[in-house]
Amino acid sequence: MSDHATPLAQARSDGYVTVAEDAPRDMIQLKGDLSDPGLADAVERIAHAAMPGPLGLSTSDSAWIAWMAPDELLISLARGQGADALSSLSRAMGDRHHLALDVSDMRAAIRLEGAAVREILAKVAPIDAVTLPVNTVRRTRVAQVPAALWLSGPRTAHVICFRSVGRYVFDLLSLSARRGGEIGAF
Amino acid sequence: MPHRLSRPGRRIDPARALHFTFDGAPHRGFAGDTLASALLGAGRILMGRSFKYHRPRGPVTAGQDEPNALVGLGQGGRFEPNQRATATPLFEGLTAISQNRWPSLEHDVGSVNARLSRFLPAGFYYKTFLWPASFWKKVYEPVIRASAGLGRPPEGPDADRYEHLHTHCDLAIVGGGIAGLAAALEAGRAGRRVLLMEQDTIWGGRTVTDGAIDGTTIDGLDPAAWVARAVDDLSAMDSVTLRSGLMGAGVYDHGYLTAHERVADDRPGADAPRHRLWKIRAGHIVTATGGLERPLAFAGNDLPGVMLASAVRDYVCDYAVTPGRRVVIVTTNDDAYRTALALLDAGVEVPAVIDARSQVTGALPTRVRDRGVEIVTGSGLRAEGTGRVERVLVCDVTGDGTPTRRIACDAVAMSGGWSPVPHLWSHCGGKLTWNDERGFFAPDPDRPPVGADGTGMVSAIGTAAGHMDAAACLGQADTPVTQPVERLPRPTWIMPERAGPALRSKMFLDYQNDVKVSDIQLAAQEGFVSVEHAKRYTTLGMATDQGKLSNINGLAVLSDAVGRPIPDVGTTTFRPPYVPISMGSIAGEARGEIFQPLRRTPLHDWHEANGATWEPVGHWRRPYCYTRDGEDIRAAVSREIRNVRENVGLLDASTLGKIVVKGPDAGRFMDLLYTNMMSTLAVGRCRYGLMCSENGFLMDDGVVARLSEDTFLCHTTTGGADRIHAHMEEWLQTEWWDLKVHTANVTEQWAQIAVVGPRARDVLDRLGGMDLSRDAMPFMTWSDGTLADLPVRVFRISFSGELSYEVAVPANLGRALWDRLLEAGADMGVMPYGTEALHVLRAEKGFIMIGDETDGTVIPQDLGLHWAISKKKDDFIGKRGQQRSHMTDPDRWKLVGLETLDGGVLPDGAYAALDDRNANGQRKTEGRVTSTYYSPTLKRGIAMGLILNGPDRMGETVTFPGTDGKVHTARIVDPVFYDKQGARQDV
Repeated sequence: MSDHATPLAQARSDGYVTVAEDAPRDMIQLKGDLSDPGLADAVERIAHAAMPGPLGLSTSDSAWIAWMAPDELLISLARGQGADALSSLSRAMGDRHHLALDVSDMRAAIRLEGAAVREILAKVAPIDAVTLPVNTVRRTRVAQVPAALWLSGPRTAHVICFRSVGRYVFDLLSLSARRGGEIGAF
Repeated sequence: MPHRLSRPGRRIDPARALHFTFDGAPHRGFAGDTLASALLGAGRILMGRSFKYHRPRGPVTAGQDEPNALVGLGQGGRFEPNQRATATPLFEGLTAISQNRWPSLEHDVGSVNARLSRFLPAGFYYKTFLWPASFWKKVYEPVIRASAGLGRPPEGPDADRYEHLHTHCDLAIVGGGIAGLAAALEAGRAGRRVLLMEQDTIWGGRTVTDGAIDGTTIDGLDPAAWVARAVDDLSAMDSVTLRSGLMGAGVYDHGYLTAHERVADDRPGADAPRHRLWKIRAGHIVTATGGLERPLAFAGNDLPGVMLASAVRDYVCDYAVTPGRRVVIVTTNDDAYRTALALLDAGVEVPAVIDARSQVTGALPTRVRDRGVEIVTGSGLRAEGTGRVERVLVCDVTGDGTPTRRIACDAVAMSGGWSPVPHLWSHCGGKLTWNDERGFFAPDPDRPPVGADGTGMVSAIGTAAGHMDAAACLGQADTPVTQPVERLPRPTWIMPERAGPALRSKMFLDYQNDVKVSDIQLAAQEGFVSVEHAKRYTTLGMATDQGKLSNINGLAVLSDAVGRPIPDVGTTTFRPPYVPISMGSIAGEARGEIFQPLRRTPLHDWHEANGATWEPVGHWRRPYCYTRDGEDIRAAVSREIRNVRENVGLLDASTLGKIVVKGPDAGRFMDLLYTNMMSTLAVGRCRYGLMCSENGFLMDDGVVARLSEDTFLCHTTTGGADRIHAHMEEWLQTEWWDLKVHTANVTEQWAQIAVVGPRARDVLDRLGGMDLSRDAMPFMTWSDGTLADLPVRVFRISFSGELSYEVAVPANLGRALWDRLLEAGADMGVMPYGTEALHVLRAEKGFIMIGDETDGTVIPQDLGLHWAISKKKDDFIGKRGQQRSHMTDPDRWKLVGLETLDGGVLPDGAYAALDDRNANGQRKTEGRVTSTYYSPTLKRGIAMGLILNGPDRMGETVTFPGTDGKVHTARIVDPVFYDKQGARQDV
């Protein structure tokens, strides 16, 4: 058995939308002055993706960058690439005032697949799931806990939340996606 | 007698029979029936009994406003009381039982109350049962509860699931009648995002049934065809969502609207949510909620067989049932003549229409007169019969009720006119105006509920706005409408208007609660002249229908009784929901396993599999102790403590808060946050710190590690992580925005395991990878490295007084580290310990615990923590607070240790009592217990407490009266009970 135990142990539930733990990825939390071209340059270099605008999520083949707050990004990289990326980032940032941390283990990541992914999001989050554009990140709540969510395509949504409530969010989404609960209003 | 007609009904499909039971008896109805229409079709009109007098009642409406035909639906975990038979769609296998009757609906012992009604007037609860006071709880209340009431509450847990749905739109339209459809068409064509909802299962509202009777056309089509075309057009619009079976329940601030959807009521046991609560954020809300017909207050108006005129024609036209073979109509307006026409078309006899107006010349009455029906003008009536209507006695409507003639009949269709449904308009503050001509309150467009921008956020349209004809409801000048023109009604609040007490005490206003005209008049006479007071005194409008039928009539009677105009009397407050919604739908998915989020550490599953007794700490579950076979909790805690003192224990400390503070100004910020000096902490070292609120009260504590010149890691209490992080950000974002500091709450990135006890180093050495010797890693230092090839950060800190290391590892590797520690220490007696052992271990050492020794009123100085309060710093949060006179008062209670003289354990929270008494005759106190435990190490009770002048009174005794009557005596001692020199942790 691998020493690496993800929060949901690859849990999966097949309702009218499939809910499954997303493949584990490394994550870097970066706080700093997002308007600084030096910061943007450093970030783009490690993720090979463009600096996202407010609420945006930009992607490359193996990474994505999510805008989390006016002074905060979340950078996701393939598993195993986080440590090197973090040191390159720290080197590139040099004396610039910033905070960059490896937060790869801090969250549970859940993927939703199916034609009705927006409907499942609308059951648990007070956002406008109908008009949510692809690759727009909403930091919101799902039922009773904070979470961030976005669509990476018309049939795929991602929900990330703190690790400790991963099981709660998984159970919540699985119940919401159970067959018989189809709404079909969107 | 009620019966099924041999004609088509708009809603039913006679080819599809459905079977159901009522009070155990099998019945048959048709697809499309409601429970009420099916029972009428089966020849049954008695469907319930009233709340107070147990009077026999039949349905008075055909919809959601029904006060009488309430039944218990379903069985077991799906039983639900007080359901409206008139709004319950029939389904195969439905089981319904009648309510508030014993032994049976037909023969009810409680109906004796009706004969005692003279002794049960308005407010009788308050008058009759005042004396003797002791009788209330034991005698009066049980008797009243047994005889009054409606359905029984369900027993056992709800068997169904529920859910919420969040949705957003530009325009939410409540009501799918012609007004709502027309508004949706207009907005949809303009490309607006529209949600149109209808509580009924079909579209079109009243106009479809009524228009088929009177020949109304809209845009050259009969209303049914117009509605079908509108629904088709709307369905083709991408920006419009149409939803039937969705009831607009409540309007709240900022365009927030809730709506209740019945998803699976007709499929008990189906794997589907039973109800769904929609939470809608709308740019604007339109209420197209239509109107409600008002009953007439005549004597005997509650007899089964008396129904609203609109309900009678709904039953006839929509369900092909009639409440009787000879139906008298009594009205104040032209609309009720549609009922006469519907009955005549269905072959039901209409012996007469009794009209309160002296001139009856409208188009609809003319049609009725032309068909040979007698119209008795200027008249009213009373109904009589045993258990149901058998006859009416006609009288002059302005007179005292002296009968002028008698007409045999088995049903009465009554119409006191129509009122707009103003509920949703009013929920959030929309105001109403009185229309004297038509006798109703309607939304005042100049005083709408306002949104965040100060403009109206709700508009009322159609009948809900007071429009009583189709053209006005449509609101489209270019759409041709033909419809018979109606003459004005004659608002009539009591029939006849000079009725004496005998008649008035048989005129029911609120059917369900048995409130009569005489009750309202009595309330007014007794001084309850405010409509809100009269409502509560008489219970008018407090039934499950919330006054839908009774409200206007009741306040009109009150207005007359107090001699003030109706608009001055006003209405009672309209509150959500419009009709009752299930509690389950409000809770949504939050039940069972996901009732509340449970926070699990990376080691949660191990704890659960290894005998953990859980302690909730916030939303976390932490092991209180791990019981083994044959052990109780106390024995387990003692074993865990002894093992830590003698061998080595493992504690899951992952829940402790971990906040990184970084930046060129991090040191300054830390000095402001903590009472200690943190900026002088050397990189690689740890320091215990205190945080206070700006009033000086101690609010959190924990070990700070300096990770680098500009980075600190702050440990907080388990419950403090989010709160302290928010506290830091608040100060940074509001007051000290110029400090260059970033913070991040990384609590969940790490699993943290405390390895504690004399063999702690031996266990860790066995994992290999780091030099953890005293020289390489002294007390209060930290170091990064690897243990058993896992990347770790080790803190040499102790909350137990023993040799102790807290090992942090990335959370996904937490379980691997835990397993390796257990394996490595197996022959050294390693075992996990829980929070209770943690507490006792720290108490033996005199360490304080936030939440035990502190309660929001305690400052560090009270706890002897002066050493942790820097005197060198110009400022820190709480510094000035602690200089206030009350904070420096030498008489503040101070922390000491307490040892009982008999070795027993002091009761938790007990107060130290003096012999003196205060002005209230209570014993004066001089302190209290803050922590108390049995110490397995010392084999005696130990406690800490805050005692007046405690540190100066070492050796004195204080007394603690327990709630068990025992008085405990304890000696004041030093709070450090064990290893005062601290030698054990520094080996």
